[in-house]
Amino acid sequence: MDPYKKLQLARKNGRPSGKAFIENMITDFVEMHGDRRFGDDPAILAGVGLLCGHPVTVVAHEKGGDIKDKVHRNFGSAHPEGYRKALRQMKLAEKFSRPVLCLVDTSGAFAGTGAEERGQGQAIAENLMEMMTLRVPVISVFIGEGGSGGALALAVADRVWMLENAVYSVISPEGCASILWKDAAKVKEACACLKMTAEDLFAMGVVEKIIPETQPEDLYAMLKSQLDAEFSQLSLLSPEQRCQERYQRFRRLGVFGE
Amino acid sequence: MLKKTNFKKNRNQLEGYSPSLANTAPSVPDSLCTTCPECGRVTFSADLKETGMICPHCGHYLRIPARRRLLGLCDEGSFQEWDAGLYSKDPLNFPGYAVKLKSSRLNSRENSAVVTGRGLLGGEACALFAMESQFMMGSMDSVVGEKVTRLFERAARERLPVIGFTASGGARMQEGILSLMQMAKTSGAVKLHSDAGLLYITVLTDPTTGGVTASFAMEGDIILAEPGAMVGFAGRRVIEQTMRQKLPKGFQSAEFLLEKGFIDGVVTRPEMKETLVRLLRLHKGGNGYGSI
Repeated sequence: MDPYKKLQLARKNGRPSGKAFIENMITDFVEMHGDRRFGDDPAILAGVGLLCGHPVTVVAHEKGGDIKDKVHRNFGSAHPEGYRKALRQMKLAEKFSRPVLCLVDTSGAFAGTGAEERGQGQAIAENLMEMMTLRVPVISVFIGEGGSGGALALAVADRVWMLENAVYSVISPEGCASILWKDAAKVKEACACLKMTAEDLFAMGVVEKIIPETQPEDLYAMLKSQLDAEFSQLSLLSPEQRCQERYQRFRRLGVFGE
Repeated sequence: MLKKTNFKKNRNQLEGYSPSLANTAPSVPDSLCTTCPECGRVTFSADLKETGMICPHCGHYLRIPARRRLLGLCDEGSFQEWDAGLYSKDPLNFPGYAVKLKSSRLNSRENSAVVTGRGLLGGEACALFAMESQFMMGSMDSVVGEKVTRLFERAARERLPVIGFTASGGARMQEGILSLMQMAKTSGAVKLHSDAGLLYITVLTDPTTGGVTASFAMEGDIILAEPGAMVGFAGRRVIEQTMRQKLPKGFQSAEFLLEKGFIDGVVTRPEMKETLVRLLRLHKGGNGYGSI
């Protein structure tokens, strides 16, 4: 399928959101709010629940359901307090020795005055640094859009998986087109250039697994059992080994001459 | 079909002015005069070098090339470069990237957008990096990520503090997801260095934005900035588009970040070396009280 079609699917209205995945894969879920510093960001949904009977921390982007909810959740574009809420939950997961599941679906971190005033860059940077040495297993699953730093801030993980029609890129194709060709309408061309589909990223070693998009019920059941199996595998390693492997996972990415 | 002319990128404001751009032909010497982008007045380039690239008319801080900054900062003859030979490839076969790389190498006379190495500051050894805004606006590609990562790893092994001067338009779009991954990679290396109990000081210079702000620029134990430097996550134009409003002058300036609590201080160029030396000495480890 051509990359532009995938982008449209990844953004499609009615595609299962973070909330839907939580409702269908996690039992006894209790949502947690706030970053204890500024406020609560509805663009990030976080809490603790059971995955196949085991406690896990879940942190998800949530774009929202109907239009009112979408506006409330800022279409899944988080402010700094959203990333700080996410980190707070991950630190709790570390304290109580439970794994972390991140569900990524955002067009990017919010670009606005409040976000700048409260340190959007600093908030993302802190997540990248702290997630790299988080002592518990972390798996990030891209369920829709993975937009730049705002996506990466929930994706410094031991395993990064992508749904078949999810995308992940350094810049939005619209942004890329307007910089390259001064024409935001050339989105199709930009999509192809950016190599943002699950297949492209798998080939580059950026993701470990592509999850086929079957009927939602089958998808939830399959993903749930695969997550459970992977968390079990990751739990066999010591925290030090896991952190070392996570470091190396990102350390080897990059292409250059010498 | 994409016409070849479409790939010719206009020089935008972010890429800024670059006095040597017009003078890449070997027969033309360095430009004699430089126009201040702030007040528009012209100064002899030689005089500007004397003032540390500060406009004598309006006090505006002009950008300093990475290599000149490090050589000027370190004790004379002490700077030794690391990993000078790393160069960018074109992993995604991205339209126009190869040409852009070539012209950037010519214009900046550098192999990449960052210079790394070790040197002495007031006799104190440290690892240093400075980003080169004339190389594709200091954007972070695989090479910048690799050089910065190696610098932190080596500094951790050799027990050296790190001082870094940032200047960047963000992640380098032309390397796609690989440039985004450099944010995680460099952050991991900073953490490794930090967990070894070593000092990292960042000096934010104009402009520091995007993926560099959201990674190693904001991860210093101590974060300083040059007066008037533009520092932010999103670009000004993008924010104005999202918010549908004009931003006030000074939004995202170094002084703005100081007021909001995101940096430790704004330091002028004449005071920079002395400040850094003092901080290095204050963090040398050990104290008068034995182990606390």
